[in-house]
Amino acid sequence: MGLLDGANAGTKEGIKVPNNEVNIEVRIPTILRPYTKDQKLVSAKGSTLSEVIADLDLNYRGLGDRLLENGELRKFINVYINDEDVRFTGGLDSPTKGADSITILPAVAGG
Amino acid sequence: MVLHISQDFVDQITAQAYAELPNEACGVILGPTGKDQASRLKPMFNAAASPVFYEFAPKDLLALYRGLDDDGEEMVVVYHSHPTSPAYPSSSDIAYAGEPGAHYLLLSTREEIAPEVEFRSFRIIDGVVDEEEVVIIAT
Repeated sequence: MGLLDGANAGTKEGIKVPNNEVNIEVRIPTILRPYTKDQKLVSAKGSTLSEVIADLDLNYRGLGDRLLENGELRKFINVYINDEDVRFTGGLDSPTKGADSITILPAVAGG
Repeated sequence: MVLHISQDFVDQITAQAYAELPNEACGVILGPTGKDQASRLKPMFNAAASPVFYEFAPKDLLALYRGLDDDGEEMVVVYHSHPTSPAYPSSSDIAYAGEPGAHYLLLSTREEIAPEVEFRSFRIIDGVVDEEEVVIIAT
């Protein structure tokens, strides 16, 4: 087993760049730009939307709380990976990879 | 702040609100970024199809924002109708309001005031509602 572990570790070393090391472009809406020093476009890392949000929150403290509530995406917020609304692609578990573009938009809705 | 809006847009929004009864009607008026000019009316589909709620379909919303980026425009006005209540933001209007730079324009077509309608405009930022004057420009 020890040998096998060693072999696997070696293989891992050989992989060029794991997904979670690749920058993903994230578009930030006006209302959340106070958290990103007014930047409209930021980058983040992660192999799922959940990891991307955690990474965003590390760099832009407080942003995570504006996106999540009790561990779920807030209903006032729409998140898209490329052109897909993440509600239809697995929510926070939606896979993300380098060259993906994430867009965060406030829902336009009311009573 | 003051919302300047053309009579033509007022008429078109009113017609849309009546056409979509009993449901709420909704849409935006776009304008060049940073100018606060309500220059291009864009009625939107109410995905909620409800007399007491409106929501832009997520796909429509994304397409709308993509278009804004491409054309150097912004959402100057977000409007919707209240078929049975006054033109004042409801608690969900306030909770959802996510465009701090937009004029939130409400139109009431409630029966009590027919055939008149009521237009009122507000800024809604972080749960705080500020009414503003509506100036209608003759067209």
